[in-house]
Amino acid sequence: MPPFLAAIALVLFCQLLGEALARASTLPLPGPVLGAVLLFALIVWRGGPGEALRSFADGLLRHLSLLFVPAGVGLIQHLDRLAAEWLAVGVALVGSTILTLLVTGGVFTLVARWQERRRGKISL
Amino acid sequence: MNLWVYLATTPLFWLTATILAFLIAGWVHEKAGRPPWANPVALSILLLMGVLFATNTPYPIYFAGAQFVHFMLGPATVCLAVPFWTHRHDVRAMALPLLAAILSGVVTAISSAVGLAWWLGADRLTVASIVPKSVTAPVAMGIAEQIGGLPSLTAALVLGTGILGAMIGPGVLRLAGLRDPRAMGTAMGCAAHGIATAAAFQIDPKAGTYGGIAMALSGLLTAVLVSLAVLVMG
Repeated sequence: MPPFLAAIALVLFCQLLGEALARASTLPLPGPVLGAVLLFALIVWRGGPGEALRSFADGLLRHLSLLFVPAGVGLIQHLDRLAAEWLAVGVALVGSTILTLLVTGGVFTLVARWQERRRGKISL
Repeated sequence: MNLWVYLATTPLFWLTATILAFLIAGWVHEKAGRPPWANPVALSILLLMGVLFATNTPYPIYFAGAQFVHFMLGPATVCLAVPFWTHRHDVRAMALPLLAAILSGVVTAISSAVGLAWWLGADRLTVASIVPKSVTAPVAMGIAEQIGGLPSLTAALVLGTGILGAMIGPGVLRLAGLRDPRAMGTAMGCAAHGIATAAAFQIDPKAGTYGGIAMALSGLLTAVLVSLAVLVMG
């Protein structure tokens, strides 16, 4: 089997299995995320992703931002609602994004420093 | 005219337009000296919305072509396992800071978005749609559906958050003195999913990897927390 096609088939198969597991479970976990967990388990079991899977994943992830464009154009369907509530939505998005960035980055830095000090390494 | 009528309804046309718009936006971004306000995703969306307005094309017709690009979001999410494996030693060593940061980030993201929107008088549907705004689109749309929001509005809010995070993330974090690429990537992936993760990859490959990990874990955690909240509150 051509390795490149095998890599694509493997990724799609993991996603399919993830979607099936997501439907079967009571918690509404996202199929692709479960698919990533499955693919990770497979890579660990095989001791590495292999050249073809690595290059397929690299190529796809390098152009990740293109994949968001079609959903984004969907904004066109909600212009009326956004025109009416732009202030609340805008403040909520900006405020929450800034807060989340600071809390996540801050907690990571604090816990990482604490952990590295405990391990007796030089701090960050 | 007949030719245009044919072209405007064929999926191939809108698929080509989507990729061309992205290439043009990337070129403009490059020529302008890569400023954060000229985010290529935002530029291509504005460009395509302009074309849809000018040609009076309904979104479903556009999406019939663009869905082939949209579909790849799923496989791309699965592919996050590969960089995760490549950096598995880092991930294992940093498991504690990662989990602590993402747990507090997810709680902050949901509570601050809901609190601010509610306080400023947003409609119930809008508030429900804003809950998963920090999470990657396919996950967020599923959550919105479960709690009675509008999945397509959620897609737009997720996108707005992503572009915002990509634009202001590096600046906000540096201003706060958070310059460790691992902390920056984790913050950007947790606050603004894949779009900010793509921007984090441009800062540093390590930042991008932590962004991908944070995005995957925060998606999982948001889905779990929201469904637990639904179970508890009925």
